[in-house]
Amino acid sequence: MSKQGKMDCGRRRLIVATAAVGGAGAVAALVPFVSSLLPSERAKAAGAPVEVDISKLEPGQMMTVEWRGKPVWIINRTKEMLDTLPKLADAVADPKSEKTSQQPAYAQNDTRSIKPEIMVVVGICTHLGCSPSSKFKAGTEEGMPGGWLGGFLCPCHGSTFDFAGRVFKAKPAPTNLEVPPHVYLADTRILIGDDKKGA
Amino acid sequence: MAAGNFEKYKSDGSLAGNALEWLDARFPATSMWKGHLSEYYAPKNFNFWYFFGSLALLVLVIQIVTGIFLVMHYKPDAAVNANGVPIAFASVEYIMRDVPGGWLIRYMHSTGASAFFIVVYMHMFRGLIYGSYRKPRELTWLFGVGIFLVLMGEAFFGYLLPWGQMSYWGAQVIVNLFSAIPVIGSDLSLIIRGDFVVGDATLNRFFSFHVIAFPLVLLGLVAAHVLALHETGSNNPDGVEIKANKDENGIPRDGIPFHPYYTVKDIVGVVVFLMIFSAVMFWAPEGGGYFLETPNFYPADPLKTPPHIAPVWYFTPYYSILRAMVWNFFGLDAKFWGVVAMGASVVIFAALPWLDRSPVKSIRYRGPITKTMITIFVICFFILGYLGTLSPSPMGEIISQICTVFYFGFFLGMPWWSRMDKFKPVPDRVTMK
Repeated sequence: MSKQGKMDCGRRRLIVATAAVGGAGAVAALVPFVSSLLPSERAKAAGAPVEVDISKLEPGQMMTVEWRGKPVWIINRTKEMLDTLPKLADAVADPKSEKTSQQPAYAQNDTRSIKPEIMVVVGICTHLGCSPSSKFKAGTEEGMPGGWLGGFLCPCHGSTFDFAGRVFKAKPAPTNLEVPPHVYLADTRILIGDDKKGA
Repeated sequence: MAAGNFEKYKSDGSLAGNALEWLDARFPATSMWKGHLSEYYAPKNFNFWYFFGSLALLVLVIQIVTGIFLVMHYKPDAAVNANGVPIAFASVEYIMRDVPGGWLIRYMHSTGASAFFIVVYMHMFRGLIYGSYRKPRELTWLFGVGIFLVLMGEAFFGYLLPWGQMSYWGAQVIVNLFSAIPVIGSDLSLIIRGDFVVGDATLNRFFSFHVIAFPLVLLGLVAAHVLALHETGSNNPDGVEIKANKDENGIPRDGIPFHPYYTVKDIVGVVVFLMIFSAVMFWAPEGGGYFLETPNFYPADPLKTPPHIAPVWYFTPYYSILRAMVWNFFGLDAKFWGVVAMGASVVIFAALPWLDRSPVKSIRYRGPITKTMITIFVICFFILGYLGTLSPSPMGEIISQICTVFYFGFFLGMPWWSRMDKFKPVPDRVTMK
């Protein structure tokens, strides 16, 4: 458009209209590309529940099973382990498990479990997704600071968790470890990923 | 210097001359050659620090060529083969053990990745001390920051491909960083991963980004970086504009043609660089665990994080800044502020041309304040880098917080400290030290 002479407003409107329609088309063309980045139908269907036999899990032992590509820990807690939980009520960030997204209602209790001794928890740190390592021995034996009563340490950013997966205060992880939906099919058989029997 | 206003080539009648005349009438061959090489006048006082631009170009070529050959044997597949090993991991082992010359090509590529960052960091430091980002070269600097960002993405995507333990858990941590962003975070990390966990979908898309998308963007940015530089002309260790003093032919008195003078000089740099590069590649390809980390020699195991995970050395300063943020502000998690601080620590380089208010460009004519600030900045950068390779500890946390304050203080205080300094008079012509 030159500075002299009159602007051709009709032509300018056509240019603007063409650019707008073309732009809308270009944005619409993004839809299949962006949607292709989302999890596929196959990935969404892959979350089948996992059945676990815990009859061989001795007190004080822990086993790891894979559910939806994540580690799920099953810990058979001893009485000593359970006794540490009330002592830590002031040291952990959410002692009463009030953040409901982190456990089903039936695990919102002092031990964060259905059966007091059997802990079922997703072994993925709620900070950036590393899998914490077990530091079950109390005291400094496993490189933990003094006063340690046993639990878990995330190797990535140092978050610590107690035997109920409750995060300690002033650590990077914002919430307690997640308790997955689970149900006892029998006394020593757990179904992880589903809490409706017979489903 | 823009290419363009050169006479078209006139043949001397020889066959080669005729061919060149034919070509030059149809393609800007001689004008581009002259504009960017034989009649691109670069300051005659370039020193050691000016090798790293051309070396970065060399490493880029090494990475592209070795990458092309690696893709011929590599398989981006997280599924487990008959031996219970993920196919991607096994294909890297196959390259290392069974493909003739494969081990060397792979080590060229993995050593090249670290060499790329060493060279680029040196190149950036050169810009920092000689004020190369200052007017009129702001855009060259911005393209350079873009190259740096893309390079970081390229390195990050590439590190997942061997599908080792460090690949897997490093990607897990970095992708989860995005989930810290309020509102869109969890969907964003889902879109990046393509699955609810880092898996086959993630590996395939990172492969696509690593071999197609990011290299294309990188090449475009490199071209823009060089074109913008050649438009304004190069800075030099004195920070003197050589174009301000031209002879009767319009040629800067302190300029010499890039070709043959600097092409030949850069060959010396290339030879020395390749000697060091080869020494590392043949005798220490793992770089003492810094170039290739030990846990990455174990296949990815989604159920077990290695006891100590750390990013590759070139990311560790920013990783330390991420870890230094442990406070919640404004109702948002420390995790989110860590991500913000880490992002800001990289992007803040882009603001340098507007933060620096010093009347002179080069450190040679700037006073003790500038020298002290740059020294503190470099020391903090190294400390942060070192701490980022270590496991978190209370002492390390405090030191990294102090260094983070200095890191940002260097940039954010620059509008003030860069003006307060004592300056020496800048000469009219470049000096040969």
